[in-house]
Amino acid sequence: MAKEKEQKQPMPPLGAWVPAVALGWLVPGGGHFLLKRNGRGALLLLSVTGMFLCGLMMQGAMFQPQSGDLLTTLINTGGFLGDLCSGILYLLSVWFGYNQPDMAGHVHDYGTKFLVTAGLLNVLAMVDVYEIAAGRKD
Amino acid sequence: MPKMNLSHFEAAFLFALFTSVVLGVVTKRTDRDRLHYGAYTFVCFLLALFGLGWLMYFGHG
Repeated sequence: MAKEKEQKQPMPPLGAWVPAVALGWLVPGGGHFLLKRNGRGALLLLSVTGMFLCGLMMQGAMFQPQSGDLLTTLINTGGFLGDLCSGILYLLSVWFGYNQPDMAGHVHDYGTKFLVTAGLLNVLAMVDVYEIAAGRKD
Repeated sequence: MPKMNLSHFEAAFLFALFTSVVLGVVTKRTDRDRLHYGAYTFVCFLLALFGLGWLMYFGHG
């Protein structure tokens, strides 16, 4: 019975979910707005944008991909991907020249984590959009 | 860009708040469940915050 439940569901057509997921990446909550889930979209927009802006105001550092030993590569590349997942928020901050060096202090450290976490929360929102667009969730 | 200078508690509180909202929104299937789960994760974050805070306080001796 459990195996029947875990039976692989067919992949939905790309046209059904790619625009919503792409918009969800670019604008946090945008995919939900596109799929007419306005309340949830607004909450996601407020939360992800709020977290990203708090990170900027705490002068958190943006990660840049770096090679070196395994841990350095993992932390910096993973952090960069996390930052990038914030979509337009990340792109705007880079275009407007935000370039905060990594500094000592708990506020800056929290800021760096806020910036990465905003991107990771947006990934969760994108997964939710995919499930809604694919008809697996209401 | 204005600067924020928060204490550990304030920063962790904000982190818990934003994260709980997103977890509540994306996890469950009904609005009632979403609200409950968001509140539950927020309380869990705060309990962990206070618990770890006291643990570090006693760990320092």
